[in-house]
Amino acid sequence: MSIVQSVSRRNFIVGSAAAVGGLSLGFHVPFAALAQDAAATLPPEVNAWVVVKPDDTIVVRIARSEMGQGTLTGLAQLVVEELEGDWSKVTTEYPPPGENLKRDRVWGSYSTGGSRGIRDSHDYVRKGGAAARHMLIAAAAEQWNVPASECMAANSVITHGPSGRTLRFGEVAEAAGRQTPPAEVTLKDPKDWKIAGKPLPRLDTVEKLTGKQVYGADLKLPGMLNAAVKACPVFGGTLASFDAAAVETMPGVRKVVRVDERTVAVVADTWWRAKTALDALPVTWDEGPNKDLTSADIRAMLAEGLEAEDAFIGNSQGDAKAELARVEAAGGKVITATYAFPYQNHATMEPMNATALYTPDKCEVWVPTQNGEASLAVVAEAAGLPVGQCEVYKIHLGGGFGRRGNFQDYVRQSVSIAKQMPGTPVKLLWTREEDMLHGAYHPTTQAKLTGALDADGNLTALHMRISGQSILAAVRPQGMQGGMDPVVFQGLTASLPEGHLAYTVPNLLIDHAMRNPPVPPGFWRGVNLNQNAIYMECFIDELAHAAGAEPLAFRRKLMADHPKHLAVLEAAAEGIGWETPPAEGRFRGLGQIMGFGSYVAAAAEVSVEDGELKIHRIVAATDPGHVVNPAQVERQVEGSFVYGLSACLYGECTVAGGRMEQENFDTYEVLRMAQMPAVETIMLPSGGFWGGVGEPTIAVAAPAVLNALFAATGTRYRIMPLKNHELA
Amino acid sequence: MVQLTVNGQTHDIEAEPDTPLLWVLREQIGLTGTKFGCGIAMCGACTVHIDGVATRSCVMPLAAIEADQKIVTIEGLSPDGSHPVQKAWLALEVPQCGYCQTGMIMAVASLLEANPTPSDEDINAEITNICRCGTYNRVRAAIHMAADAKAG
Repeated sequence: MSIVQSVSRRNFIVGSAAAVGGLSLGFHVPFAALAQDAAATLPPEVNAWVVVKPDDTIVVRIARSEMGQGTLTGLAQLVVEELEGDWSKVTTEYPPPGENLKRDRVWGSYSTGGSRGIRDSHDYVRKGGAAARHMLIAAAAEQWNVPASECMAANSVITHGPSGRTLRFGEVAEAAGRQTPPAEVTLKDPKDWKIAGKPLPRLDTVEKLTGKQVYGADLKLPGMLNAAVKACPVFGGTLASFDAAAVETMPGVRKVVRVDERTVAVVADTWWRAKTALDALPVTWDEGPNKDLTSADIRAMLAEGLEAEDAFIGNSQGDAKAELARVEAAGGKVITATYAFPYQNHATMEPMNATALYTPDKCEVWVPTQNGEASLAVVAEAAGLPVGQCEVYKIHLGGGFGRRGNFQDYVRQSVSIAKQMPGTPVKLLWTREEDMLHGAYHPTTQAKLTGALDADGNLTALHMRISGQSILAAVRPQGMQGGMDPVVFQGLTASLPEGHLAYTVPNLLIDHAMRNPPVPPGFWRGVNLNQNAIYMECFIDELAHAAGAEPLAFRRKLMADHPKHLAVLEAAAEGIGWETPPAEGRFRGLGQIMGFGSYVAAAAEVSVEDGELKIHRIVAATDPGHVVNPAQVERQVEGSFVYGLSACLYGECTVAGGRMEQENFDTYEVLRMAQMPAVETIMLPSGGFWGGVGEPTIAVAAPAVLNALFAATGTRYRIMPLKNHELA
Repeated sequence: MVQLTVNGQTHDIEAEPDTPLLWVLREQIGLTGTKFGCGIAMCGACTVHIDGVATRSCVMPLAAIEADQKIVTIEGLSPDGSHPVQKAWLALEVPQCGYCQTGMIMAVASLLEANPTPSDEDINAEITNICRCGTYNRVRAAIHMAADAKAG
């Protein structure tokens, strides 16, 4: 129980400078908490996870970031469940990552990605809550001079059983902090949960309805200036020169600075003036070696990989190549299809931003980040200061989707600018155009699938060749395995608990020819599960059609060894009414996959009229093992269809002249109200494991719709997005 | 210097005449509930009311606004979050990240003034704000709930 052993009585809010307390959720003006005397009145903690104030307010410390996915509320539910606290008195705050380092990483990882917010930390946050409960009870028992074993806690009140005496948490919190943490704690059986597992309202709704919620883009610090940046739009290009004198006299302009080898910034009193001057700034780029790169070049590069000899093997059973050759030679049934998935931008509604304050001995950054510790590391590096002299204050994110985790380019820029203006806080805010041109793009891949069917329509061999970009090779090479990027095979592995293939095929080969165009790739909500599900689930549909089989029945035969995959698929199918024919003109499709530790499936009902696809209804089923807040799971599943269908219908970043062609929402279309289908969510938590929720369902959105579209039109649309096709 | 009437208060504004209303609100007046999303009126995060009409403030230059026009931002929609649209949003817990929601709420409040009982088709045509988290179905349900509440 390292987490309780390393509990310190020191109140970090007092000990650490500046806006720590102010970054508690609910403070509207973070910098206001600079007032040190305000901090001095803050109550001490019970342990790292729990502070109870004299008025019984419970402050739960949350290390993972809230970006809309509801993790803030879910994690608090887990802590307070074990704490036996009064949920109506719960608030939360983000402990700053620098404090985490100083306290031997008492709050564990800050990384909020891969749908890991809850599944990776449920155990130690619950233990944190349970330990705090023990300490509160021990403090009350000590005050009463009775054995702790005669006392119990419920709803923030400790009761001494024999005498019936009671004390509120707030009355003993300070003494509780002086208690020795328990050596070990026993966690509740989830079936006994009263707070966790329930559809409780989110803790962060009210301020989002009144404009009071402060996002990074809204931050205002005393004396703050604002920066707008422009980086060379061509991938790999650099900043050759700029004529600062041409704009230095424009209204509000304070400074024009070189940010890094490819970026220039204008700093002004307001952001609008900074942006206006930046637009007027004469800039010369050295466009570098990629200046002629086009999407056609990238497609050709990937197409070559589909046929290449060498490839990394992600899943292999029997001898797929030999069996396919044998069936082919014997004149048997061999089906082949090639699919493609383009670059996508995260397009968070809040553009990238960070606010930095640098002095020669300290650097502080306020930032909406999916990983406060990753931000802190970049701050220290960019500032050239020891990490102990740096701090990061986390702010709610206006969307993350993977853009604000591994990639801290905007944080690095903000520190570089602030370093050139010591003592002045500078807020950097990207334009939407900058955001679209300098993404960490969902990688592009293609896949060629070849399957053999025997005379009875059984799938005897399947080869899936993926060609395309590796995320890890670009952003996390230490995660590579002998040159292979294992993340490429999301959802397609033989047995990994993170996501394995549902289908048992006697001869199976799934391999990857890595082809890395000079476009920066990133983790985009759902990551490689998105296109892998399209490739596999649509091709299985193609095989079913070729075998003359009904798609659900065809899958069932292949899924006998994978009952959990099958259970969600059956649930989605039942939900859409698969066994009964749809209304005239309506058509249905299915898809399933496992990813991020969860089993997911979707069934879609569509129609096509005058070349226009309408998605009427989606039924989604998910088995994440445990559900901490069913209301939030439902919202994540619903939202997944917006992300997945945006990509399926419209999402595409194309390259010309070495740069992305889409610069804003006029050309990078996304799903809006009018295209949003009704979504019904079925939760089938089967227990025994903890899977993620925020991402996996995205992957089944497109295949369910594409398979329904085939049913409607008789045509397979294999090259995403659909907007490039005439549907008929 | 020009005068603007925002949420019932008069403000003297020093800004270039081509400064978009969005940035006057956010940077001069300090009302940051109105969000910057795209800068080209495509996403609706910057929606405010000008004389009751939902307007995408990121492309509305200061010079185009008359002193007697009444501007209402999310901060002025109600004193305490009690506007029927805000109440419906709370009841159905619409927001996820929340960044687009203030603009969404302003667009919907204006829609309901013009059309107290919008059909789904009306909603599809009028509410074109972008949400990337995927709150659309709850937005729709909350619009109907607010319409019902207003009808009393």
